[in-house]
Amino acid sequence: MFTLQLWAVERFPPPEFESGYTFPSTSTPQPRANYLEYVDFLVLVVCLSLGSYIITKRRSRREIYFLTLFSVAYFGFWRKGCICAIGSIQNIALSLFNSSYAVPITVLGFFIVPILFALFFGRVFCSGVCPLGAIQDIILLRPIKIPDWLESSLSFLKYVYLAFAVVFAATGSAFIICEFDPFVSIFRRSGNFLMVGLGVVFLAVGLFIGRPYCRFFCPYGAILGIVSRFSKWPVVLSPTDCLLCKICDIACPYGAIKDPAKKVDQSYSHFFLKLATLIAIGTIFCFVGAYAGKALALPFSKVHPVVRLAEQIAAEDSGKNIQPTDESKAFRQGTTPTETLYANAFEIRSRFQFGGIVAGIFLGLVAVFKIAVQLFPQPSSVYEPDPVNCVACGRCFTFCPREIVIRKRLNSEFQLTQKTEKK
Amino acid sequence: MENNASTRRDFFSGFIRGGLLFLTGFFTSIISGNAKTRKWVWQIDPEKCVYCSKCATHCVLEKSAVRCVQVYPMCGYCKLCTGYFEPQPISLNTGAENQLCPTGAIKRRALEDPYYEYSIDEDLCIGCAKCVKGCTLFGNGSLFLQVRHDKCLNCNECSIAKVCPGHAFVRVPADHPYLLKNPNAEEHK
Repeated sequence: MFTLQLWAVERFPPPEFESGYTFPSTSTPQPRANYLEYVDFLVLVVCLSLGSYIITKRRSRREIYFLTLFSVAYFGFWRKGCICAIGSIQNIALSLFNSSYAVPITVLGFFIVPILFALFFGRVFCSGVCPLGAIQDIILLRPIKIPDWLESSLSFLKYVYLAFAVVFAATGSAFIICEFDPFVSIFRRSGNFLMVGLGVVFLAVGLFIGRPYCRFFCPYGAILGIVSRFSKWPVVLSPTDCLLCKICDIACPYGAIKDPAKKVDQSYSHFFLKLATLIAIGTIFCFVGAYAGKALALPFSKVHPVVRLAEQIAAEDSGKNIQPTDESKAFRQGTTPTETLYANAFEIRSRFQFGGIVAGIFLGLVAVFKIAVQLFPQPSSVYEPDPVNCVACGRCFTFCPREIVIRKRLNSEFQLTQKTEKK
Repeated sequence: MENNASTRRDFFSGFIRGGLLFLTGFFTSIISGNAKTRKWVWQIDPEKCVYCSKCATHCVLEKSAVRCVQVYPMCGYCKLCTGYFEPQPISLNTGAENQLCPTGAIKRRALEDPYYEYSIDEDLCIGCAKCVKGCTLFGNGSLFLQVRHDKCLNCNECSIAKVCPGHAFVRVPADHPYLLKNPNAEEHK
């Protein structure tokens, strides 16, 4: 029963104690010290640097594995998976569109620094530093290969997830990356049935299909993949010595090795026809995406609590026989007029429409780009890792026979950079 | 031929990489203009709480990080505490059948007559707000819920904040992480 609640009234005056009783104080246990947030960021930078060094110079799967274990222990079980770079997308999106939210500078750092490293070293974040990727890498038992077309189409889900996450976060509706993080309940050792169940499902699938979250769902992986395409020193094999033995392709559990056999040097045949097709398809996709985004904005805006409340209040006021909710009762006790609530709800809905249109165009562009990659493949005569999909786990160069021979021949550290002549 | 092709691709790749670097730097400077160095934590504004019990059920932790606290200077030290006793208790003693608290987390200790001290055992409290409702509606309002920061994980999105009907969850700076009622404030007199 809700009665009108004004300020807490002191109905019973404080006692006059004669026995010399003094009031105990209310304990205020402090949160985690502020400087430790910066320590987390420092550990992130150190791990990224270490990972980059191991990938380019040391080229040792064993060392990457130890780094991976450390990341699961520190970023995963110790820090309980929060704050993470994947979730930071939401904070950044929210701060861009909501002036009253100030993103903490460490969160900004968590977002930017792995991207900076990806610009130079590829997805080193994914292999040894991200706790979600690390736990999937460790539990991988017996990877099954997935056909290329399936891999390409499923990986489109990443971009859909990214679009949804950004729109929901920017409108202040929900942080869905946090809500549907499969592994956080395992890192926290606590959670409701759905959360833990999701984690168990992903781990079970991850025993046989390598890194299901990273390859098909991770929104930050989508960003890193786009950026890694232009990385300067990504994971390379021995480009001038390739035996075409395919051992790297077999060793890679994530389907990240580009197969040269398919990339016949016909990529520039029918150039204008392909280009025209792409432009036509692209235009259609963008229009369809924009239209779908605008149409879906209306039902999806209900995720926002203000919109839900406005609809609830409107339904109650219009005479429909609806049970009031806790939220509507609390609203009616407050001082905000209904018109303000409706105005806020409309504003949020229009933001959803704008976000939906932009997201639709973005997804249309991603789809046409995936088709473009198929139509204009980069010709390559050797097997090499695709920096977009390669998570820098180090399995390929551990098993490459050329690498093993070279490492045995040279006693000191060696360095392989892509496209330089061997001395 | 192959050398030329890879060099051209390298050039374009480097060009786009430079562009992405510039974009990243630009983006960082825009966002960091609005960034804050202090850490923010979640807390309940006790004036907005509607004692709905969702704090006990919606925290991601099995035992919620929200617990009830007692501000002793505001307490009336009453024999018939409306936050401790159920309405119309059988008798005014510590019998479980008389208590509002489902876990027996409020300890009643007799001081000088007729005053009793009521304190919260945090290990037993589950944050259900039954005592808060009784105390606020019929008493002095010295019992209320607060997020305990030795337990709270400071999630990016607080699951309780999402569902709080009174919108009582706010972000506060980590160096002032509690919103305790002030016994000397005007509205509490």
